[in-house]
Amino acid sequence: MESYHLKRIDFIFKNENDWKDVLSRALASDKQLILNELMESELKGRGGAGFPTGLKWKLTADEKSDEKHIICNADEGEPGTFKDREILTQVPFKVLVGMAICGYVIGALKGFIYLRGEYTFLMPELEKAIKEFEYYCKEINFKFSIKIFLGSGAYICGEETALFESMEGKRGEPRNKPPFPTKNGYLGKPTVVNNVETLAHTYTIFKYGAKQFYDLGVQYSRGTKLFSVSGDTPKAGIYELELGMTLEQFVDDFGDGDTKAVQVGGASGFLVPRKLFSQTIIGFKGKLEGHSLPTGGSMMLFNSSRSMFNVLSNYLYFFHEESCGQCTPCRVGCQVLLNGINEVKKGERSTLYLDKLLQLTETMKQTAKCGLGQSVANSFSSIVENFKEEMIY
Amino acid sequence: MGKNISITINGKKIEVPQGTTILEAAEKATFHIPTLCYHKDLCVAGNCRVCVVEQVGNQRLLASCATPAEENMNIITNSLKVRNARRHIIQLLLAEHKSDCTKCYKNGNCELQKIAADLRILDQEFTELKTWKAFTVDKHSPSIIKDDSKCIRCQRCVRTCAELQGVNALSVSGKGSKMHISTFMEKSMVDVVCTNCGQCVNHCPTGALVEKNYIEEVWMALADPEKHVVVQTAPAVRVGLGEEMGAKPGTRVTGKMVSALKQLGFDAVLDTDFTADLTIMEEGTELLNRLKMFLANGDKNVKLPLLTSCSPGWIKYLEHMYPEQLDNLSTCKSPQQMFGALAKTYYANAKKIDPESIVSVSIMPCTAKKFEAERPEMHDSGYRDVDYVLTTRELAIMIKQAGIELLQLEDSKYDSLMGDSTGAGVIFGATGGVMEAALRTAYEIVTGREVPFKNLNIEPVRGIEGVRSASVIIENALPGWDFLNGVELKCAIAHGLVNAKNIMDKVKAGEADFHFIEIMACPGGCLGGGGQPIPTNPEIRRKRTEAIYEEDEQMTIRKSHENPEVLKIYKDYLKEPLGEKSHHLLHTKYTPRDRY
Ligand SMILES: Cc1cc2nc3c(=O)[nH]c(=O)nc-3n(C[C@H](O)[C@H](O)[C@H](O)COP(=O)(O)O)c2cc1C
Ligand code: SF4
Repeated sequence: MESYHLKRIDFIFKNENDWKDVLSRALASDKQLILNELMESELKGRGGAGFPTGLKWKLTADEKSDEKHIICNADEGEPGTFKDREILTQVPFKVLVGMAICGYVIGALKGFIYLRGEYTFLMPELEKAIKEFEYYCKEINFKFSIKIFLGSGAYICGEETALFESMEGKRGEPRNKPPFPTKNGYLGKPTVVNNVETLAHTYTIFKYGAKQFYDLGVQYSRGTKLFSVSGDTPKAGIYELELGMTLEQFVDDFGDGDTKAVQVGGASGFLVPRKLFSQTIIGFKGKLEGHSLPTGGSMMLFNSSRSMFNVLSNYLYFFHEESCGQCTPCRVGCQVLLNGINEVKKGERSTLYLDKLLQLTETMKQTAKCGLGQSVANSFSSIVENFKEEMIY
Repeated sequence: MGKNISITINGKKIEVPQGTTILEAAEKATFHIPTLCYHKDLCVAGNCRVCVVEQVGNQRLLASCATPAEENMNIITNSLKVRNARRHIIQLLLAEHKSDCTKCYKNGNCELQKIAADLRILDQEFTELKTWKAFTVDKHSPSIIKDDSKCIRCQRCVRTCAELQGVNALSVSGKGSKMHISTFMEKSMVDVVCTNCGQCVNHCPTGALVEKNYIEEVWMALADPEKHVVVQTAPAVRVGLGEEMGAKPGTRVTGKMVSALKQLGFDAVLDTDFTADLTIMEEGTELLNRLKMFLANGDKNVKLPLLTSCSPGWIKYLEHMYPEQLDNLSTCKSPQQMFGALAKTYYANAKKIDPESIVSVSIMPCTAKKFEAERPEMHDSGYRDVDYVLTTRELAIMIKQAGIELLQLEDSKYDSLMGDSTGAGVIFGATGGVMEAALRTAYEIVTGREVPFKNLNIEPVRGIEGVRSASVIIENALPGWDFLNGVELKCAIAHGLVNAKNIMDKVKAGEADFHFIEIMACPGGCLGGGGQPIPTNPEIRRKRTEAIYEEDEQMTIRKSHENPEVLKIYKDYLKEPLGEKSHHLLHTKYTPRDRY
């Protein structure tokens, strides 16, 4: 018998055959009202960074431009994340409606889905859905089209500005910010980039109202979130849960009884050791009690059979390969870190070198050009500081 | 421009126009921030992260080159946090870099080395990666050596090749630890569209891209008593060389350079300006001939506009990108190659020297000239016309190797034969100069009068805009040239290959009705050439340009057709422009090439 500790919620994957109504209703209402609704829901981006979605749409809507774009970020490259694929497979219309409403609000006539190259197999079904969707748009006289853009296998292209470069036919390298995408995005035009899941949530909000969404979760972290659960767990899979749970509650539910640590947020996230489970809250930063961790939804559980050295080494290997390589702190830093932990492990450098490397990750956090290089410090410092003995012996 | 913004830097409050970056604002407030990927000629990349500064209240540091100043920003450029981060970044670059400074060609003129020295980085905090061992040095190009083990991935070369030159021979490939600067299919520089212009070399902060140097070969020739070593110096060298010796940009060192070359042991120090003047005679005549066929004879098959052919980087560019326009290119060799062909014929004859024993060296502001000297066509004297091409920088190295204090030397005069020059020859070194020199001569040939510009200075063709155009209306032409009466002679000038592309696209589309177009591969013309002193930037090029025009103004003879040695060579040897001898020695043909 299974015991449920955490409430399972079913908004996103709920089969609702009313997308046409939701769309038509939204298109008939005032743009400002839609923005207000979205802002009241306090929905934050589900791609990892947690930027308030309502504000993002508003900033883009406020820009004056002859052309704007809405891009659905379906690059889903964060190790241990596999929820967006499921959304696009099961409820593609929710995402398409979210995009169209965004287009209506901000004034974009074109939407793009930036689809991870490895998800090419989703194309035929998705294209079919888009066709049907566009047909309906035409029927109701709403000018909006959606194109799929296939990525080519680089993790960094999920970073929104690298994604623009990639779509523009250039090398996927992040740009300098500012200017931000809301002002200067795809083809230099104001652009909203939203994660697949974020857009699916907007559907819920537009259908049921902001309050339904807002009432779930906790302060600063409203609503639900999809979690991609993997690792040493008997219940690997995708779950929609309320934000604001403690990691302890999560592990009680999903652990195998021997959970030593959980990596929250994939390679660019944090490793939380058992002793901190109870004080760690899954949600966005805010003035909450305890330590809150934002996440794109990847929850990877490790039991006592796992070497944390290997875990870190894997992440660093991933970063040293997936960094775009343009900026010094990230390109060289990742290699120095990867070599460094091996040197310490082999006894070629003293354990004090780990402190130097920790300082280096601090510099990477402060100076790297994009989120990739800035977040290497997360897994590095949380693993090295909590499992120092495993790094050395 | 929009409004002004007030920003505080290191406690100093200053006003800057909106859109100013923090780096520019700091410069204005006289605070120096080290940079590597930043270059005034190029768009901002913001990838080296050396220029980070602290914004009070912001956890993250800001790349000052890429961040616009905002109202009331409070910036500190040298806090402990900044200094630590900057030290780390330089340490990382050094961990990646093949740091054998004392054996490096750029030793002493390397931006990475300079910052490491300024910050006194004395230890290797992070273990060296040694990934550079995977790279092999590409030495196949006659002009450029590419050594990725010295590369810091700032992409200045890539941006230069794309933004200034529109060539895109260099690009970024690989990601993460494998990210490096490559060429199409990782081919050698000699096998791609590289024009050998050397702008990438000029913009490289380290020793990753350098000219292929022929210094030892020249020393060997100088040491060989059997050899008669002649040297020619291009116009732009005299306004650049001083910088290598610590003089301010724009310092003219013509006479001192001649003295230094004599001290180095060259048997004859001669002037490329002489063949620049000769080029005007040949190319001017070619232009007038084409105009005559077109206007007087109504021959619509005449290829106009005539394109200048002095810049070998430009020629190779045209061969790759617009092979169908090669017939528009003047058949004149560049002044260097005219000189080379004459050195081993006319000069050898006159001086009664066995051409076999002549070693012909040229000092050029240019790396493409190295390639040009190697072209198989360039053997019209019966020998290789130019044996060794040295850049301004290589000459500076030789002068330093010999312990000569260039700036302390007395002036000397060029030797003769082929040492006379005119102001017209000198201005070949600046963009618009060939056009101006050609107009001074052609106008006078056709009308019998001097060009109608004060002091012979044809201001409309001067300047720094990438593409310029001007026209002169011909009136009261001399007998024989009446077909030009009332004709508006239209000319255009472009410098930097990206501007050449602009104008060539118009020519190709039939949208440009110019008669004559001057194109120089490098920004600013030869004075901004790929072989000139490093650094280069718009301000430095402006100073060198001023120096070129000063040099012109103080010459007694300022028109090519009045160069006494030019008159003499036609009388004694060539007979007439485009004559049989000229055709054989001074003109050439071109080769269509692939676009990749
Ligand atoms: C290295 C890197 C990779 C990223 N990959 C993804 C991704 O695969 N999918 C995604 O939605 N966001 C990704 N992001 C975040 C995006 O840059 C962006 O913040 C997000 O798509 C915005 O959507 P949201 O506000 O709906 O979360 C990535 C960011 C970084 C720095
Ligand atoms: S932080 Fe890494 S991925 Fe981001 S721009 Fe720099 S090198 Fe590229």
